[in-house]
Formats: sequence, structure tokens, C-alpha cells
Amino acid sequence: MELNGGKVWLVIVLLALGTYLIRWSFLGLFGRKTFPEWVLRHLRYTPVAVLPGLVAPLVLWPEATGGEPDPARLAAALVTLALGCTTRNVLASILGGMATLYLALWILP
Amino acid sequence: MRPEVSRAFRRGAAAGLPFILVLGPFALLFGVVATEAGLPVLETFVMSVLVLAGAGQFTAVQLLAEQTPVLILLAAALTVNLRMAMYSASIAPYLRGASHWQRALAAYCLVDQNYALGLLEYEKRPEQGIAERLGFYFGVVVPIMPVWHGFTLVGALVGARIPDAFALDFALPITFLAMVAPALRTIPHVVAALVSVGAALLLAFLPYQIGLLGAALLAMCAGAATEQALRRRRGKGVAWS
Repeated sequence: MELNGGKVWLVIVLLALGTYLIRWSFLGLFGRKTFPEWVLRHLRYTPVAVLPGLVAPLVLWPEATGGEPDPARLAAALVTLALGCTTRNVLASILGGMATLYLALWILP
Repeated sequence: MRPEVSRAFRRGAAAGLPFILVLGPFALLFGVVATEAGLPVLETFVMSVLVLAGAGQFTAVQLLAEQTPVLILLAAALTVNLRMAMYSASIAPYLRGASHWQRALAAYCLVDQNYALGLLEYEKRPEQGIAERLGFYFGVVVPIMPVWHGFTLVGALVGARIPDAFALDFALPITFLAMVAPALRTIPHVVAALVSVGAALLLAFLPYQIGLLGAALLAMCAGAATEQALRRRRGKGVAWS
């Protein structure tokens, strides 16, 4: 599938602007202000609130198998998660997960 | 440049350089995954240069591949990047004496590394002037930023030639899992992640990834509420605090 044209450029430009504004917020815009405690409390959980919800359907219903749960991909996901929790090393987890995927795709029929 | 400023710059560069080992492969992976999802090489490269935020870029690419409407895609990817508002708020007091242009430039290259290393440095050396602080801050990112840009390009050029047999469709989910796992370090983080997964699966029938946004909101509130509940209980439990 090709992703191109106006929509992709629109996304790139708006994402860049939005991300810049987030970074610039306190450095440039609000100056001496800071966040109230309740806002900080919610901000602390932004990455763990979005990424797991994004990844869960991709793991359970992968497009490559037509949306059918796939043992090889499930095993790879579990190994990645386990490695990430124990080693806290992002690259090691990715490599371990991909290795598991290839191994499982090769062993399983 | 005054000698103490160039010393601060070199100290920053020395502290930042080891991160090349992480950022290089990570950028390579982004290039490969983005082209695998169908993004052309130029668009992939420009995204890395302009956005400069790994997790948000991966999110955007996945949602582009799923034909998500622009507004919902932006809401999800920017929510992932919102943690940098926290970085901005904590680093701003230390860079107060800088000019508008210096702060505007500092904002562009505010990343995990100069945020974390900068805070450590500024607390350790409170006597530093603004020139030295900026020296250290840019010292951390100047050597590592081109690695992010360059390796994205390499990854994009390579990725366009990798055959389907390598099952790279699953590189993206694996990357997300590898990014999330180390963040699951407290009970509220685990609760937020579980609520996010549960709600996203339950709401998956909704069109345009609306379910994902709903799940993210619920998960954020669940994390914050759990944190507060735990703190209250600890406040009362004097016996074991």
C-alpha cells in the first residue's frame, strides 16, 4: 500500500507544529507558570495510556493473518513484553521479540 | 565561545554520545517500519527531521496505515508526545535568562536525553550561568540529533527493499511493546496500561479509532486516580510507611 499525497504531508506538518508547541509551551509561552498537581498527575500516564491500546488489537488480530490470532506473533509479543519488563532495555526487547517471531514462524506450521 | 561554555558543551556531548547506540538502531527501525507501512522515503525523512519524537512518529505511521482521519490521528500522536510539556515545564526555570531565539531553538531539540541529563547537571552545578547551561543543553543534542535524522534516511532506503518474507508487519507492534514495558514501573502505570488495553479492545468496533482515544482518556484518569488512592492509603498507614 502506498501512503502519499496531501493527507500525509498535512499530518507531518500538523504533527510537527503540535509537537513543537508542546515543547515550546513552558520554555517560551507560559514562562514562569507551572502545571497544577492534578494536571501533572494525568500527564505522567500519557504514553502508557495510548500505546497499549494502540498495540493490543495489532497483537491479537494481526492484519498479516487476516485478523486471525496467530501463535507466532502472540509468542513474539509476550517475549518482547517480558524482556522489556525485566531488562528495561528497549533494543534488546525488540531484537528478542523479532528473534522469537522468526523462530516461531519457522517451527510452527 | 568562553572556555567554561565550551567545557560545558563538551561535557554535554560526552554525556549524550552513548545514546547514539540506542538512537541509531531506533531511527533505522523507524525508517524501515515507515516505508514498510507505505510511507515514501522523503516523507519518512522529513517526518523525523520536523517531529523529532520517536513514539509519536511510530503512532502516526501506524494510524496513517489504518486510514485514520487526520484529527483523530493527531490527537493520539500528540497525546503520546504530551509528556514533553512536563519536560518543558521542568527545564524552563533553568533556561530563564536565555533569549527568545535560544529558547525557541531549545524547544525544537528538547528530547528525553537533554531533559534528563540537563536536570541532573543543573542540580549538580547550581552556580552555572545561562551560557554554560545552554552549552551543556545543546552539547547533549548536537551530536545525537543528526544520528536520528541520518539513520531514519538509511532505514527508509533499506526498508523499501526488504521482502515481505521478513514479517516486518510485526516490527511495529514489537517496538510499541518494547517502549511500553520499561514504563510499567509502578502500580498506577500498570493500571493505566491495562485499562488502555481493555477499553481499546472493547471499543474496537467504533469507527475511525475513536475507541483508541476513549481508551487513552480512561487510562489516563485510571492511572491518576490509582496514584492518588495509593498516596492516600500510604498517608493513613503510618504503621508501615
